[in-house]
Amino acid sequence: MNSYDIVIIGGGPAGLAAAVSAKKNGIDSILILERDRELGGILNQCIHNGFGLHTFKEELTGPEYAKRFIDQVTELGIEYKLNTMVMDISTEKVVTAMNRTDGLFHIEAKAVILAMGCRERSRGALNIPGYRPAGIYSAGTAQRLVNIEGFMPGRKVVILGSGDIGLIMARRMTLEGAEVKVVAELMPYSGGLKRNIVQCLDDFGIPLKLSHTVVDIRGKERLTGITLAQVDEHNKPIPGTEEDYECDTLLLSCGLIPENEISRAIGVDINPVTSGPSVNESLETNIPGIFACGNVLHVHDLVDYVSEEAASAGKNAAKYIKGGMKTADARKEITIQATGGVRYTVPKTIHIANMDDEITVRFRVGGVYKNCYISAYLNDERIIRRKRPIMAPGEMEEVKLKKSVLEAKHDLNEITIKIEEEA
Amino acid sequence: MEKRNLTCIGCPLGCALEVTMDQTTVVSITGNTCKRGADYAAKEVTHPTRIVTSTVCVRGGAIPMVSVKTEHDIPKEKIMDIMKCINALTVDAPVHIGDVLLSDIAGCGVNLIATKEVL
Repeated sequence: MNSYDIVIIGGGPAGLAAAVSAKKNGIDSILILERDRELGGILNQCIHNGFGLHTFKEELTGPEYAKRFIDQVTELGIEYKLNTMVMDISTEKVVTAMNRTDGLFHIEAKAVILAMGCRERSRGALNIPGYRPAGIYSAGTAQRLVNIEGFMPGRKVVILGSGDIGLIMARRMTLEGAEVKVVAELMPYSGGLKRNIVQCLDDFGIPLKLSHTVVDIRGKERLTGITLAQVDEHNKPIPGTEEDYECDTLLLSCGLIPENEISRAIGVDINPVTSGPSVNESLETNIPGIFACGNVLHVHDLVDYVSEEAASAGKNAAKYIKGGMKTADARKEITIQATGGVRYTVPKTIHIANMDDEITVRFRVGGVYKNCYISAYLNDERIIRRKRPIMAPGEMEEVKLKKSVLEAKHDLNEITIKIEEEA
Repeated sequence: MEKRNLTCIGCPLGCALEVTMDQTTVVSITGNTCKRGADYAAKEVTHPTRIVTSTVCVRGGAIPMVSVKTEHDIPKEKIMDIMKCINALTVDAPVHIGDVLLSDIAGCGVNLIATKEVL
């Protein structure tokens, strides 16, 4: 059986950045396993620009951003296998994978980095009534068809859900000659970035209908139309508000779900709020030596933050292999409480001894907050109070915690992060 | 004095910008958190521009499409003219990142360049 110090599951933005970072932190024996025919993951189909301002100080398209990391992986001589599907990981960190050249094979790893990304919520998970004709796609599937395979999924399009991929596809389909009739969003706010509302919808005069959903799907072989209705505060359709749209294509952009089937099978604790692993300050799961980063951990809006997070996971995995990780002492593990509008935090627990000088705690809020404060408390003492003009569930927030501040706090047993109103 | 409210598209922060105009002259820009925001606001109220990204057909490559972008931003009203040029184009593999696939696209004085390697 082959063995590697670190096996990375997934060769997308998270896997690539984790590999580069682990290598730069002194680990030579690294293997990336990727199920697609090329490295880069979802970036390959994200041909729009806007990536990398944070990381490279320039505006790149998805494939260009991916190439920057793929080049580093190649230059550093990091090994990878393409067209390879990971089937299972055992608690002893034996990875079982398969591909057409090697068949089924096992690899022994000292540490594993989970970087499998996420997938789109499907029609089945949305419970939309009506027929099941052809012409209903997830926005990401349509994106792959148009941008990589070179097929147009349809000509008259309705998009349900205002996630970023849905907004990007509204523009993309319009540029390719389709008529995008409307983007409907169940919630009273958009799930995507503000800039995408401006440059993908407003630029092309595509209406965004908030608090609306699809209540009927028509067409037996091919989609012929859908019905939209407004919803009340409980997200229930309001009778009498139905509007019919003739269309041959319905794109669904209704949320992303971290892909954690393998993680669950190993016994990794999953946070029900994120559907990703619960991790500590080192981005390590409850199983020592198994780390997670990127969209498999929690869904990000910005790839730059994925790269940053993954670099941290790679560095910590290297530290783990070199024996630099202090064994977690349950008494010294501090839980971050997410309350008052904060839905979750990544990381969820902090073991101060293993912390970098400063760590970034990322989270999302549960609603739209205007002119509120992000506050962090150590026990009852407020240490951070930062004003934010606007916060929304579609945009990830962060606070930075300093090790020196945490160490200086006597009897620290709880960190709380919450949203506070003007007081 | 006229005030216009914009959302910056320079980066994903999406800053809320307020531009004060005197006829066609920009008097002041507020709300931006970087220089890009000020540049965007000044352009957006006078002559709005965009980067166009799309795909071009490839002959003999590992995949049938290569992703492309305009090397610089182009006038917003030219977007559809540029798409016509892009859709009329087919290139031969191999294509490398940065290859100029079409120069002076739609008379905008801007090149169309590949953003992906297709071998």
